[in-house]
Amino acid sequence: MQATPQGGIKPWLLLSPALTALFFLLIIPTAFVAVYSLWLSSATGLATREWTLSNWTSMLADPFYWAILWQTLRIALEGTIGCALMGYPVAYFLARCRLRNKSFLVLLLLLPFWISYIIRTLSWINILGANGLINTLLEALGAIDAPLQMLYNEVAVVLGLIHYLLPFMILNIYVVLEGLDRNIEASAASLGAPPFRVFLEVTLPLSLPGLAAGGLLCFVLGAGTYVTPMILGGPQNAMFATLIYDTIIIQLNWPMGAAMSMLLLMLLGGIVMLYNRFLGLGQIYKSLAG
Amino acid sequence: MSEAAVELRGIHKRYGDVVAVETIDMAVQSGEFLTFLGPSGCGKTTTLRMIAGLESPSAGDILIKGRRVNDVPIHKRNLGIVFQNYALFPHRSVYDNVAFGLRYRKCSKDEIRTRVREALRLVQLEAMEERYPAALSGGQQQRVALARAIVINPDLLLLDEPLSALDANLREDMRLELKRIQRETAITTLFITHDQSEALAMSDRIAVMSNGRVEQLDTPQVVYNRPTSRFCANFLGNANVMGGRVVGGEPGAWRVDAGGREWLSASTDTWRQGESVAVIVRAEHFQLDVSSVDGEVGNALQARIETVDYLGMSARYIIRPEQGETLELIHGVHHQPLQAGTWVRVWMPADDVILLPPGDVTALAPNDAARLSPEDATRLPPEDAAVGKGAS
Ligand SMILES: Nc1ncnc2c1ncn2[C@@H]1O[C@H](COP(=O)(O)OP(=O)(O)O)[C@@H](O)[C@H]1O
Ligand SMILES: [Mg+2]
Repeated sequence: MQATPQGGIKPWLLLSPALTALFFLLIIPTAFVAVYSLWLSSATGLATREWTLSNWTSMLADPFYWAILWQTLRIALEGTIGCALMGYPVAYFLARCRLRNKSFLVLLLLLPFWISYIIRTLSWINILGANGLINTLLEALGAIDAPLQMLYNEVAVVLGLIHYLLPFMILNIYVVLEGLDRNIEASAASLGAPPFRVFLEVTLPLSLPGLAAGGLLCFVLGAGTYVTPMILGGPQNAMFATLIYDTIIIQLNWPMGAAMSMLLLMLLGGIVMLYNRFLGLGQIYKSLAG
Repeated sequence: MSEAAVELRGIHKRYGDVVAVETIDMAVQSGEFLTFLGPSGCGKTTTLRMIAGLESPSAGDILIKGRRVNDVPIHKRNLGIVFQNYALFPHRSVYDNVAFGLRYRKCSKDEIRTRVREALRLVQLEAMEERYPAALSGGQQQRVALARAIVINPDLLLLDEPLSALDANLREDMRLELKRIQRETAITTLFITHDQSEALAMSDRIAVMSNGRVEQLDTPQVVYNRPTSRFCANFLGNANVMGGRVVGGEPGAWRVDAGGREWLSASTDTWRQGESVAVIVRAEHFQLDVSSVDGEVGNALQARIETVDYLGMSARYIIRPEQGETLELIHGVHHQPLQAGTWVRVWMPADDVILLPPGDVTALAPNDAARLSPEDATRLPPEDAAVGKGAS
């Protein structure tokens, strides 16, 4: 019995603390949200215990929500692409440098996580704002007369997302590059491929799993955030999670907010499942563990 | 004189404080199969990587076909490399793996196809073109790696312990295969191994390495039968290495005192009387006859077998002569090895008693030193072992 890893209740016993935590902290709250989304909202916005599909139908019928949803996915994608472009060279350098305190550099990468994400996002106001670093500098240099408007647009939001998500991307690519057998590249070089061709033909394709895993993580986290668009975006840059925040906290329309939450959850969950179907989640676990 | 395929001139390599290669001067002839043989950590891989252009030497020059290549990057050296772990491109089919190098060599599509097929035929993998490396066995991956390296018709084939990841039977087959392919292609080949039987079986010449130096560079027969250093004597085969002193004689007939008895040596070197020497007699060079032999043969001695190490084709005996230290002896076995306790008469032809400068005792590989110590031989004679068992 014990010889078969699949059989028996022992694995379930071992997993039970984690499963219990998951059940109470994730499944139950999500179920609550799901139930809320099926309740009628009263005039005050609070839920009354009457079953209805009206939240769902009005949400799905409203082009406004679809537009915001589309905008959310677009901004998340922009942020993800930005992370990939900026993260790859850093990961490559980290994996290839022969410095003795390389692990220290990797540790530095995790340093931002010690500071609240909100504070880190707010810091951009001091950089991009009307009285921020860049405007002050440019004015001092006499390059501009009036401060440039750099905040409260999509660029600022994407910038904030990149700032938030870059470490995830770098770590995922780094782990794959670090594990890459250098002899494979040496073989390609010995066969006549100059360095850039070795990169294109061997290094890059073999590091795609890391790029894909980092991409998924960045995209899902990016699409679910409300802090960044709220702090750095203008009214036109709302993302779906900002909308949920507004609906629940400002309008106090809990049932509608719950329906929107469920929609976003199902959408991102679907993306993760698609990814797992075709690429597998193993790579992400590896980099999170490493 | 024909130009050497590879020449190393005073090559030296250090990593920080670690000296990986002390100094190497040698030339490899064109078409030759040359093996670097030595224990792990002696600098074989580093030497190969410097020749490949994967490391640059801290000092010295590397010449390939007479051209100094120190500053030539690896992709312009026209080399074939096979690594111990094969390092195939996992995302490319067997065909594309082998074709890789040709795509950088201005070959037409047709020519590439012909040459890839040709190379795959040479390694007997014609049917595997479409497969990916993950779907191949270790031996097959090995062959793909070899095909990929030779298809470009390299000036030099570099093999870093290519057989050590294979299991024993396959290893012996691949050994023959590799030798056949090398002979057919006549590509100058540098082969690395720490396995003496591989080196002896395959090489035109062997460079025995130790501590970042080449100790001896010669044909397998000479390296085996006429080691020029204690290290070589110990590293290849089993040898009795004894500290000794020259008693007298002349070139071709020296008398030396070693291990508690006198030896006759046909060494042609010149020694002074009373000079310290290392006396080396190979365990396999002992002649042995159970029936007594009359008359005086060189270096004859009467001895009792203390321990028997049955090896299948042969047996390794520790024998204790009537006088002097124990000796190690290896002898062929028909069905039954000799029993411990048997008295035998053995002799050692004077031709096979090798005299070397005393050298550095610490140069002995540790396991050899242990093997040769008299305590080791007497530690567990069968009788004592039996007594020990009874007492416990
Ligand atoms: N990149 C490196 N950095 C530091 N030391 C190294 C490096 N490569 C090899 N060495 C050292 O150089 C010596 C020789 O190594 P190597 O050439 O790999 O030996 P071999 O292949 O004969 O086993 C070893 O002591 C090894 O630790
Ligand atoms: Mg090595």
